[in-house]
Amino acid sequence: MISKPRGRRGFLKKSAALAGLALGSAQSVAGQTPTSQPSAADTPPKNPKELAKELIAYGERSHFVTSARVPVAERMSPDMYGLTFHVLTPLQDSVGIITPSSLHYVATHRGSFVPDIDPSEHRFMIHGMVDRPLIFTMDELKRLPSVSRIHFIECLGNRAQARHKTVQETHGLTSCAEWTGVALSLLLKEAGVQKGASWIVAEGAEEVKGSSSIPLAKALDDCMIAYGMNGEAIRPQQGFPLRLIVPGFEGIHQIKYLRRIKVVDRYYMTYDDYGHIQPDARAAALTNQIGPKSVITFPSGGQQLLGPGFYQITGLAWSGAGAVRKVEISTDGGQTWHAAELQSPVYRIAHTRFGLNWKWDGKECVIMARCTDELGTVQPTRAEAAKFWNKPLDASFRVPGNDNTVQPWRIASDGSVHNGLA
Amino acid sequence: MGSRSVLLAAMILAVGGVGLAQSPTFGVGRAPTAEEIRGWDISIRPDGQELPTGHGSAKEGAQLYVQKGCAGCHGRSGSGSQAPTLIKSDGTTKSSMPCLAPCVNDNNVMALHSPYATVMWDYINRGMPLGKEGSLKPDEVYALTAFLLFKNGVIREDEVMDAQSLPKVVMPNREGFKLPPQAWKHGAPRLQNYP
Repeated sequence: MISKPRGRRGFLKKSAALAGLALGSAQSVAGQTPTSQPSAADTPPKNPKELAKELIAYGERSHFVTSARVPVAERMSPDMYGLTFHVLTPLQDSVGIITPSSLHYVATHRGSFVPDIDPSEHRFMIHGMVDRPLIFTMDELKRLPSVSRIHFIECLGNRAQARHKTVQETHGLTSCAEWTGVALSLLLKEAGVQKGASWIVAEGAEEVKGSSSIPLAKALDDCMIAYGMNGEAIRPQQGFPLRLIVPGFEGIHQIKYLRRIKVVDRYYMTYDDYGHIQPDARAAALTNQIGPKSVITFPSGGQQLLGPGFYQITGLAWSGAGAVRKVEISTDGGQTWHAAELQSPVYRIAHTRFGLNWKWDGKECVIMARCTDELGTVQPTRAEAAKFWNKPLDASFRVPGNDNTVQPWRIASDGSVHNGLA
Repeated sequence: MGSRSVLLAAMILAVGGVGLAQSPTFGVGRAPTAEEIRGWDISIRPDGQELPTGHGSAKEGAQLYVQKGCAGCHGRSGSGSQAPTLIKSDGTTKSSMPCLAPCVNDNNVMALHSPYATVMWDYINRGMPLGKEGSLKPDEVYALTAFLLFKNGVIREDEVMDAQSLPKVVMPNREGFKLPPQAWKHGAPRLQNYP
């Protein structure tokens, strides 16, 4: 149901372009079909030369490619106020490990409007328990030594449920990009963190001023403030012009539109922190940092095998603790496991692509993947998680903290693929 | 402090008297003014240290709840409307919105779920009302917070909320929050023995 509005913009663009080609003039397409709908069709079509010029400046994908993000079914985006909430990345179409910036998942504090920030007006300030509070312009930040790192970001709400049909719905709140910016440790050193400091509070410049508490040890370890994403400026939906990257921590910590970091001596309980509080210390331990997790993206829910024969099973694995060391795949519902090949470069705290050559015999089966990270921690099944928490394993079991449990896909004898949790 | 001031002065001289202090290694950026910090620093910690002076009561808040447009999105009764539930309902009205994290609908409303009253103050101050965020004055934020606390049965109607009284409010979910047993450490597992 939620995949209906796919490719509307592309379709309109395409229609406009085709109309332009056919008419060979600047005649308005909107003039042919009067409509109050504001759309790309309202603007006069571009002639082929103008179009070519535009594409020379900034390319676009083939109109045959229709892979698209969709809002989560639970809460429509945009909502009645125009707010954007959670938008899922189409993992079923993904190849390699990088999520294109245009398809990176989106989640916002409270639901928010994407702010239109002039980078020349934007400032970033460090203050609080530091010897030298500092404020930087974007140009100044770009003069500092830069780092580029490939990291996934996953929302804590990335939680597979029985009613989900596709891997986009079960796992689409994770994405992976190359981030470029300045190491936060460098900036904190410049500011001079005072004795007794133990946390930072980071805050965005958007209308709701999304804010989050992060342990100082993590801030000094591998956090960065990024102005680049996949080789260009971060996109507005992802935090233009500046975003805090807290590698391996849940998405809500990756503060977009970053304007301020306050060094403090305690957990601050911001609004965003409060939303994720846990009544159990063990659940709290499983909340900030993402555990080892993997999912098969092909074959996955909603896809169709074209009969028995060869298929490469492929998917993505990641861990907030570091690099993925091992991925295993079962094609018999978890009875036996086979080592998958790690196909991509294996980066710390990044999506890692895996594959396993497989011959489907045409019989119904359940396939699943599990990964092990550099700490030796193994991704649990739902049954293992339920046992740890001493809870019955039924539909009501909600994995406390980050749900990193194994995702089964059931392949029916007709080749159709279904959510194994259903 | 004294030696630090000397050091700072020395650094300013070292970068050629450019003016305000820059980052010591790279000489980039500048020291924000006290006003710049004050203007931006809206963080409020659980013990309320940064709360501004001002005060407000539930009665004042009841009027502001309508005047400032809160009722328009959250409903006159604070529940059963499009925006998240603010006032515990009598069970007959149900919000049309799903319960997302932070779950603030139906009988798990913010005022009851938040372990500290300061979180409510902070959020109203920074994030409301929609489209006019940051426009409320401290007195108004205290009054709206008092109104929601009163309507949810946390404080009495005549209790005045200010920088001293608000952090002392004992929220129903005060014990419903724990930090991880160990502070975050590079290379340490999230939780020992978790499968």
